[in-house]
Amino acid sequence: MAGLTYVLEHRAVQYRRTFRSSVFTSFLSPLLFLTAMGIGLGGYVDRSGGAALGGLTYLQFLAPGLLAATVMQSAAFEATFPIIGGLNWQRTFHAMYATPLSPRDIALGNLVWTALRLAMISSVFTLVVIAFGAAHSPLVVVGIPIAVLTGMSFAAPISAFSATQRTPNRFNVIFRFGITPLFLFSGTFFPIESLPSFIQPIAWLSPLWHGVDLTRGLVLGTFSQNPGLMLAHIVVLIAITIVGTWATVVTVERRLIRG
Amino acid sequence: MTGPTLPLRVAPPIMFGSRRALRLIERNLYVYRHGWIVIVSGFFEPLFYLLSIGFGLGALVGNVPGPGGASIPYQLFVAPALLASSSMNGAITEATFNFFFKLRYQKTFDAILSTPLSVADIALGEMGWGLIRGALYTVGFIGVMVVLGIGVSPWLLLTVPAALLISFGFGAVGMAATSFMRTWQDFDLIQLIILPMFLFSGTFYPVETYPDGLRFIVQLTPLYQGVDLLRSLAVGVVGPEAIFHVAYLLVMGFAGLFVVSRRLDRLLLK
Amino acid sequence: MTDRPPMSDSALIRARGLTKRFGAFTAVDAVDFEVAKGESFGFLGPNGAGKTSTMRMIGCVSPISGGTLTVLDQDPTTQGPSIRSRIGVVPQQDSLDTELTVRENLVLYGRYFGLSRAECGRRADELLEFAQLTERQNDEVEPLSGGMKRRLTIARALINEPDLLLLDEPTTGLDPQARHLLWDRLYRLKQRGVTLVLTTHYMDEAEQLCDRLVVMDKAKIVAEGSPRQLIDRYSTKEVTELRFPAGVQESLDGQLDGLADRIERLADRVLLYADDGEAVAVAAHERGLQPETVLVRRSTLEDVFLRLTGRSLIE
Repeated sequence: MAGLTYVLEHRAVQYRRTFRSSVFTSFLSPLLFLTAMGIGLGGYVDRSGGAALGGLTYLQFLAPGLLAATVMQSAAFEATFPIIGGLNWQRTFHAMYATPLSPRDIALGNLVWTALRLAMISSVFTLVVIAFGAAHSPLVVVGIPIAVLTGMSFAAPISAFSATQRTPNRFNVIFRFGITPLFLFSGTFFPIESLPSFIQPIAWLSPLWHGVDLTRGLVLGTFSQNPGLMLAHIVVLIAITIVGTWATVVTVERRLIRG
Repeated sequence: MTGPTLPLRVAPPIMFGSRRALRLIERNLYVYRHGWIVIVSGFFEPLFYLLSIGFGLGALVGNVPGPGGASIPYQLFVAPALLASSSMNGAITEATFNFFFKLRYQKTFDAILSTPLSVADIALGEMGWGLIRGALYTVGFIGVMVVLGIGVSPWLLLTVPAALLISFGFGAVGMAATSFMRTWQDFDLIQLIILPMFLFSGTFYPVETYPDGLRFIVQLTPLYQGVDLLRSLAVGVVGPEAIFHVAYLLVMGFAGLFVVSRRLDRLLLK
Repeated sequence: MTDRPPMSDSALIRARGLTKRFGAFTAVDAVDFEVAKGESFGFLGPNGAGKTSTMRMIGCVSPISGGTLTVLDQDPTTQGPSIRSRIGVVPQQDSLDTELTVRENLVLYGRYFGLSRAECGRRADELLEFAQLTERQNDEVEPLSGGMKRRLTIARALINEPDLLLLDEPTTGLDPQARHLLWDRLYRLKQRGVTLVLTTHYMDEAEQLCDRLVVMDKAKIVAEGSPRQLIDRYSTKEVTELRFPAGVQESLDGQLDGLADRIERLADRVLLYADDGEAVAVAAHERGLQPETVLVRRSTLEDVFLRLTGRSLIE
């Protein structure tokens, strides 16, 4: 496992150079979204449609959903370009493989790094939410690990896929037909109950919906109303993450051995 | 010294156009024969937004004040704004990320420059390709609006050239900005401008929400020109400010094109 | 530079005092040269000598900073597109369009020259055959081997049937088989009357391909002539290489003096330049020297090159 920490160290050193852009994605971007959608548009929502949100203001409704969705987007990004870069462009993974590091160290090191990044992003986001007065319960802090878990349920399987790709062409499809629709239809901006009933079961398949619903339950303190459902969310997210992690180790190993 | 003669070399094709620029459009057509799914996917993004924000969230919002102050359904309010934003985003993506990649990494342009094509042909060709794509998306999106019964004003037809004007303005300025970029990190700056503009230019809620001073500033952003222009056309309430919007976007486009032709020369003809 | 051909009307490229500056740095410093029609002309020199900058100026993609340059009787500054329509360029790094297939790379490139689609297709088929890529014509570019990419780049440069072909380090990084195949293709072009201008830092390549060459070092031309002329002028007919056991070479002071026209001591061996290498070896033996190995060989361009540009690494 020592090998894994070297991979982490490598990513951390790389990260110092991209710090500026991460400030933007992890702090400014959610702040702007919360302001525009939560407060600007939220004013109009609160005037007419408050009832559908169970008595919450739109800002309170939006904030936890946006946390999970932001983390998902960052996770998807971390799982695509850095992976294909390490295997095909800068070939840093091949360079690591030429040392005593194993493919497993490299695969897991990158996933653990992603988890750390997601933890940073969701912590910052949570601070923003508190500053906006959109947190209703001290449980808001538990939202951080849940958001990270949601993110990893995306990062792990997508990393496995990225390791099989030699060009980024298909990433476009993932983002356009996967990440963006999930961002828009997983209950982030409106309760999925507003969707036509035949579409709702599709939302249940979305890991993001599990994450959003769970995060919202925790952050808003409505967790205890349906503990069984909440537990099911956690099980689903953990299961996807474990399978995805295993798949990443397999695909990264295969690519490194084939060269 | 050859310095002073370079602009002369560039100026004529920029002003009058060169048929050689068409060859670059042909290249992109070939490329997308393999990657047609990327083209198709570009059409779905604004559609997803329309369904989610317009209908899903719109159900919670109800009616909002539209152009001229009359109350209109939220779908009608937000649909033209989403079209304007996606014209902006499409043009910016093509003119920044993709253009930078071709310029700095793929060396596509270096190879092309050893043929009779000039730097100006490249700038025009890339621009033209962006506009063709934009036109396809716009027609598709307006088709969806009509099918869903959002916006039935006869002015709606004019949204096609208007959306192209937005692509032109942002595409040209985006390319000009890209010619100054050195690393991928620099693109954060573009995001730093585009995202706030997307969120705050009257896209999702009326600018009347803002206090007067702030509203005035918002009304000066380039995206606001596009949003307000398309919205007034979709709703069918067109005032004199539309002329200002058109002029604004035209000036933006030609200024960008002027800068990019000067800069590209310096970047590619070392 | 006694043997420079007289200013002739048949020259495809004429440079007088040609200079390229990047800010304060001078990459090409007032060089003179001419390339005649049908000739195969080489720029030889270490990395950073100014070869690529010169090629880019000839290719009309780099404005000249001083002097005069005429390519195909036209001025690159004002008639770039017209000149470029008649030349083919093989850049140092392959700049193939990775988003297109092998065949599309050829066809589209032809379109940039304003050729009709039918004509591009016809020439592409011919060139695929020439470059031995017919079987790979519908493949993507990325998975091709280095040699295949290089051949495709050369085929692409020929799509406009150029009067002049510029090749910047055509075989750098290729394996021996790929290099020989490429040389063979370039030799066929030369026989067809295509004028070749190439840069290289491989001596064997220069000897194989160039009728005439100039050696560049530190932005200037330091020698000019045919490979044979350069060897005659800057080296002896033969070279005797003596390799001594470790430690012995350092203690040889004075013992080698007068054995040859010129003596060069390297870290691992001593080079003795003379017209009769065998005689040098015998003379060395008679002086009681006992080298581990003795090698007598003919002088090569490499000897000329190292003499002119020095042995120390230039970065």
